Amino acid sequence: MSVPLTLLGLLEREPSHGYDLKRDYDLYFGRSRPLPFGQVYSTLARLARDGKVVTAGVEPGEGPDRKRYVITEAGVSEFDTWLAEPAAPEPHLQTILFAKVVLALMLGKPAGEYLDAQRAAHLARMRELTELKQRGGLVDTLLADHGLFHLEADLRWLDLTVARLGALAREVQR
Amino acid sequence: MSGGAGRAGAGGSLIEARDLELSFGATPALRGASLAADAGEMLAVMGPSGSGKSTLLYCLAGILQPSAGEVWFGGRRIDTLGETERSALRRDRFGFVFQSGQLVPELSAVENVALPLLLGGMRRASALAQARPWFGRLGLDGLEGRRSGELSGGQAQRVALARGLIKAPDVLFADEPTGSLDSLTGEQVMGLLTAAARDQGSTVILVTHEPRVAAYARREVIVRDGRVSSLTAGRVGP
Repeated sequence: MSVPLTLLGLLEREPSHGYDLKRDYDLYFGRSRPLPFGQVYSTLARLARDGKVVTAGVEPGEGPDRKRYVITEAGVSEFDTWLAEPAAPEPHLQTILFAKVVLALMLGKPAGEYLDAQRAAHLARMRELTELKQRGGLVDTLLADHGLFHLEADLRWLDLTVARLGALAREVQR
Repeated sequence: MSGGAGRAGAGGSLIEARDLELSFGATPALRGASLAADAGEMLAVMGPSGSGKSTLLYCLAGILQPSAGEVWFGGRRIDTLGETERSALRRDRFGFVFQSGQLVPELSAVENVALPLLLGGMRRASALAQARPWFGRLGLDGLEGRRSGELSGGQAQRVALARGLIKAPDVLFADEPTGSLDSLTGEQVMGLLTAAARDQGSTVILVTHEPRVAAYARREVIVRDGRVSSLTAGRVGP
């Protein structure tokens, strides 16, 4: 999750104070990791330095900063470019699991048991996300769905790998 | 809830399979499969195609008889019962939901839901009166008179779910209940199944190969080559 780009996106919606940006960021994107106020203001300062946002006056009121931030044309352009470009697909977890399986087989260790333990851990996390969906709102559901589908993809790979352990063992033990 | 849900078997479980074996011709389907489920528990039975998970479910439900091993329900051994007694057990104490609904095409949706009550000898008017509230509960209002050919896959599966649960069975056996549905419809069916079974205190034995469906269960086991493994999260080995 890119904090600067996300804040730019929130600012493209409407000019906002730092406090409002933090509130909306935490609501939609930072549920498990709320954005510290310090990071909000340091990010906004960098965006201002780089010409992506400008301040539109200081308003009286409570809170550490009553500056109102407005996105610039350069900011809109950067955000829209990021939005339109597909993210790199990252098979991050597979690389770890793949390394474990291959090393376990090379060393004659119980690769199937490691995979079953991983499978159980994945299912336990999927159960948590499913419970979150059942008691949460639509935003929670969409976030949980994203996690569930990714975990399911890992599980499909785990199942297939379990089915291929014998052949894989012959391959790596040669 | 019907009467026997609180009665435990010898091991404290409501329903239990012990070392089941069954072959189809020369092909072994179950090779010492064991599992147990508590009253009110939702248990997912997973495994690859051909692993024996559906055969295990049919043995637990008294549809198939194992060639070796034992099946216990409510403190009573049921695999040695005759077909008439097992049929009565299935009708009175168990509910079923299969992959493709399997509604009776000649009957309307409300008659399909009422079918277990009608087969149990209830008067038609009473059975239909008990079936109708399920349509509102499962989001099927206005579809009571439709026949199965006039329902979408998701609607038919919800009708099948109501039929499986209308007698508040001690055990609901669900074999790939979302297998023919898209993701969103399958999720709705699972949400309804989970909530209704929980409200009624029914035990659910859920056979599925889909992890997202299994995630609705409190616990899962995996069937491989006709045997059952329990999965526990955590570090492997000492």
